[in-house]
Amino acid sequence: MLDGAKPSVLDVKDLKTVFKTRRGEVHAVNNVSFHLEPGELLGVVGESGSGKSVTMMSLIGLLPMPPAEVRNGHVMFGGKDLLRATDEELRAIRGARIGFIFQDPMTSLNPVFNVGFQVMEPLRKHMGLTKSQARKRAVDLLELVGIPDAARRLKDFPHQFSGGMRQRVMIAIALACDPEVLIADEPTTALDVTIQAQILELVHDLRRKLGMAIVWITHDLGVIAGIADRVLVMYGGQVVEQGPVRELFANPKHPYTRALLETVPHVRGARAERLEVIQGQPPMLSGQPTACPFRDRCAEALPRCSQENPWRVSIGAGHDVACFWDADTGRPRDV
Amino acid sequence: MFDMSKQKKLVSVVGLKMYFPIYSGVLRRHTGDVKAVDDVSFEIYEGETLGLVGESGCGKSTCGRAVLRLYEPTAGTIEIDGREIAKADQTALRKMRPIMQMVFQDPQASLNPRMTVADIIAEPLSEHTRKTGKERLDRIYELMDAVGLNRDFANRYPHEFSGGQRQRIGIARALALNPKFIVCDEPIAALDVSIQAQVVNLLEDLQKDFGLTYLFISHDLSMVRHIADRVAVMYLGKIVELAPRDGLYEDPHHPYTKALLSAVPEPDPVAHDEANRVILQGDVPSPSNPPQGCNFCTRCPSVMDICKRDDPEFREITPGRFVACHLFNETQTAG
Repeated sequence: MLDGAKPSVLDVKDLKTVFKTRRGEVHAVNNVSFHLEPGELLGVVGESGSGKSVTMMSLIGLLPMPPAEVRNGHVMFGGKDLLRATDEELRAIRGARIGFIFQDPMTSLNPVFNVGFQVMEPLRKHMGLTKSQARKRAVDLLELVGIPDAARRLKDFPHQFSGGMRQRVMIAIALACDPEVLIADEPTTALDVTIQAQILELVHDLRRKLGMAIVWITHDLGVIAGIADRVLVMYGGQVVEQGPVRELFANPKHPYTRALLETVPHVRGARAERLEVIQGQPPMLSGQPTACPFRDRCAEALPRCSQENPWRVSIGAGHDVACFWDADTGRPRDV
Repeated sequence: MFDMSKQKKLVSVVGLKMYFPIYSGVLRRHTGDVKAVDDVSFEIYEGETLGLVGESGCGKSTCGRAVLRLYEPTAGTIEIDGREIAKADQTALRKMRPIMQMVFQDPQASLNPRMTVADIIAEPLSEHTRKTGKERLDRIYELMDAVGLNRDFANRYPHEFSGGQRQRIGIARALALNPKFIVCDEPIAALDVSIQAQVVNLLEDLQKDFGLTYLFISHDLSMVRHIADRVAVMYLGKIVELAPRDGLYEDPHHPYTKALLSAVPEPDPVAHDEANRVILQGDVPSPSNPPQGCNFCTRCPSVMDICKRDDPEFREITPGRFVACHLFNETQTAG
């Protein structure tokens, strides 16, 4: 979109992550490239197994290696390649300059420490605050994320918080050291819709106040439509389409994106008598991909799709798609 | 759409209560109850789908299970196909089992990993019918065809199937005895978006082919809008609103239904900018200690004094539309 206009805070090039299993290699992430601009919210959509979480985990070294292996790529952050950084350098970045929010707030908080300790931990480790300074900032953070009576609740344990409140605590921890980048992996999937609405509202507020760049991973197109500036659609370990949110929802070009948008029913507007279906199953991702991962389920598949893996081609301002078929002309693309 | 007036009632539930006792102290005295389902009444007509929606912990699954007498209800009557279920003895209940079946949420947990697909589907047949081995196998194949599973996979184990296919096995098992009524407890919640539509379309086809009646329990309001003819909304153990589908989604009456619908994010960025959201504050109170008066009074945006004193009656305000809210009692007396 604004390539070159603003320097990216995070720039990922040709990331490739492989898992070694007894049944051979699983190519979970295949040559994924994307960038993140300061202050923007990048939505990453895809089904389970599409590689969206593994992509984010690989770039900050959170995957267990082995079985995982980051085989290729560059992740430029603050002038440094994270894939070539030492453990020590990574540790100084994780939780400080790159914050993380995980899906399930129950399992990602430690049940035997009180919430205050867990919010204060990154403050003391990364920012070198004293105990009383850290406590003061922890109270501010919990107030920022909308936890009532924050000072008293520091002593409470995670089980004394409801699901929505726990996710607020997670957000407070991720924000503790004023990160430049926040990676949120399905942060509202485990929550009820009314609580999800509260958290989305909170993220809107926080972005206005703090202005960090966010990567928001989800499978929910509705959530993405509401909060993202730009969207990355992943399928079978690859980026199949990328574009500004309005453009992508108004003019989806990849057959997978189009099918995905048609298959979800709506709460408002016209009601379809029958749901559109994407036939078949997601691909297995074993072996080096030599063809389009979506070809078996694609209504527009061409002979070429099973011989070559399509690459991303730009089709307009900041909008690119990895497909040999051209949705506009209804004919094979000339690439 | 579905015409109720001509249909006979297949299921009729009156004043259903399902309390789970709390024992505490050294003597394990009965000190209270978790009122999971508290005085719920509804009817389901033959051939229709009643959607039961609500957030986690509202009692919708408990309600579904109690209707099939998988729990011993605390109070109330349940009539299915003209026969009393709530107080029937085990012998009579066992004879009733074939006509009422259930599809569970998690296909991974509800299928025995040590039984083959054929064994799983055959189990209800050998329990309730006297078929020879050959007849049974024919029926198994027939059912596998009906739910779109390949006959060649009859001797495979559940772990060899994907989530969507496993749910098909669960559906085939539920269909084995030609039931009239099936409780579908979040049958698509564990599935990916592109697979959800496949299973929902299958359920709709089977309903048409076999004349089934569904109680479709879900937290996914957009999917319920697609599949249900009428919808009941539960909050904290009670049904707060029950109405025909189009009426409920276009003109929700109860403040909770309004908030719930407005909290669902639409996959359309333009709609998000224009949306006028009702964001509920706070969390759902504990069902062991519900507030005095209306259960929703602690979070209701249009709460009145009377709501904190009296529990509103669940009543029919226009034909087919039931609401439990004081706002509608007032308009009745005023008009």
